[in-house]
Amino acid sequence: MAESLVLIEHHRQQVKRPSLHAITLARKLGGEYALLVLGHRLDGIAASLVSYGACAVVVADDPALAKPLADRYATVIAEAARKRGAKTILGTSSTFSKDVLPRAAALLDAPMVTDVVAIEEMDGSISYRRPINAGSMFAIVKVEGDRRVLTVRGTAFEAPAADAAPCPIKRFDFDAASLPNGTQFISREERKSDRPDLTEARVVVSGGRPLKDKETFERLVGGLADALGGAIGATRAAVDAGMAPNDYQIGQTGKVVAPELYIALGISGAIQHLAGIKDSRIIVAINKDPDAPIFQMATYGLVGDLHRIVPQLIESIRRA
Amino acid sequence: MKILVPFKSVPDPNDATVVGAAASTPKSVINPFDEIAIEEALRIRERGEATEIVARILRVLIEKEAPHVVIMGKQAVDDDSNQVGQMLAGLLRWPQATFVSKIEFLGNKTRARCTRETDAGLEVIEIKLPAIITTDLRLNEPRYVSLPGLMKARRKSIEVLTCDQLGVTVRPLTTVISTARPPKRAAGTRVESVEELVTKLRQEAKVL
Repeated sequence: MAESLVLIEHHRQQVKRPSLHAITLARKLGGEYALLVLGHRLDGIAASLVSYGACAVVVADDPALAKPLADRYATVIAEAARKRGAKTILGTSSTFSKDVLPRAAALLDAPMVTDVVAIEEMDGSISYRRPINAGSMFAIVKVEGDRRVLTVRGTAFEAPAADAAPCPIKRFDFDAASLPNGTQFISREERKSDRPDLTEARVVVSGGRPLKDKETFERLVGGLADALGGAIGATRAAVDAGMAPNDYQIGQTGKVVAPELYIALGISGAIQHLAGIKDSRIIVAINKDPDAPIFQMATYGLVGDLHRIVPQLIESIRRA
Repeated sequence: MKILVPFKSVPDPNDATVVGAAASTPKSVINPFDEIAIEEALRIRERGEATEIVARILRVLIEKEAPHVVIMGKQAVDDDSNQVGQMLAGLLRWPQATFVSKIEFLGNKTRARCTRETDAGLEVIEIKLPAIITTDLRLNEPRYVSLPGLMKARRKSIEVLTCDQLGVTVRPLTTVISTARPPKRAAGTRVESVEELVTKLRQEAKVL
């Protein structure tokens, strides 16, 4: 019986790579871990997961799970955790895992810890470190009980190596007809992009409200991102103003990123935004206001008008 | 100090203009809370991050009030856990719609069509009522309380219930042992030009 059960996320027939990072925490926790995927037509996905050192890849495959409906998914996850005797159920933080795992925790009567960034062993028990107050503090938390549910901050753990001997793929059987029926999937935006995924990109270029409008945002932020082969991010203010879609939002209630290079254009550095970028290796800030708080966090700061600077920067990068 | 606020939005009983074609949607005001279960739950909440207790107490209140829908914030900005709404939905076995930026009630208020903000963009689902909805930032712009509203609120009574009165036993499964400050990032340097920036990124940071 595996100690831990790791929920792996997938989209359009591909595993979401950041969701694999939870495996690294499962390895640190010790004991055996199984990987769990839910959905429909999962053969390819399951096959791609056999080398991550799990004792099994557990697959819940059924048309009833074709869309990630929280009430159905949580029911199946809770059942799988019970049947397999899992003590810890974990997944990388994402809107998917945050939608589904707390509900599963309630069904399992288990406490839950959100956004674990590290664990410590203290007097024979494990404590979990997690950010609070928009990342300005950490709380160190202990839980009791037979089971616990965790979401893991993907940027706090490395990608696991996939070099283990292949493990078996096990089909998880459940009664699809008795799954909840209260939710219906209607539609989802499917914007295709050649740019890398925001949470996986090596370079992220982000814009704030001074970018004025959607066209300027795409031209300058998008232009610089493309010159660097990076992804685009945005502040809440920019998304609220309609310059960028919600999935570009970085911060306390958006995505948390930790790229090699983060370039902040016209971003003042509100604490809620900084919460999403603190672990970037290099931060560059370009802002007209020399007193903008972001300059205190930036590795390199350039004071000036981004509308003048960014085209020069794009040109300079392209030239070399 | 944290206060739980499950509240009801009601048509403004003082609004005489809610008549005729001009009022397609009646003006709503927030019903200054009827009931709150606080005391013991709050002390436990302050000692630790017992979000599962928060969910259990709300569940008892909800079973008592029998609302059609519970609308609550997706996460508390101090704790950032983002769990209570979903846990509550699990305990009640109700449908849930999380991180919602738009709500439309359909089928004579038997369903809600909700737009959710997800990592992949906007998603639309329909949920049968009663259900739990957790709100994301862009659902609305909260209004300021008017001065008359504030005066009216002062005259309302607030019912305070204890866990015993609700018939709930609470035993926290989560404890906060300590808090810590993260290490501060070392201060960086200012550059004076695009050329200087590019040079430093290339040669010093080795990131270009």
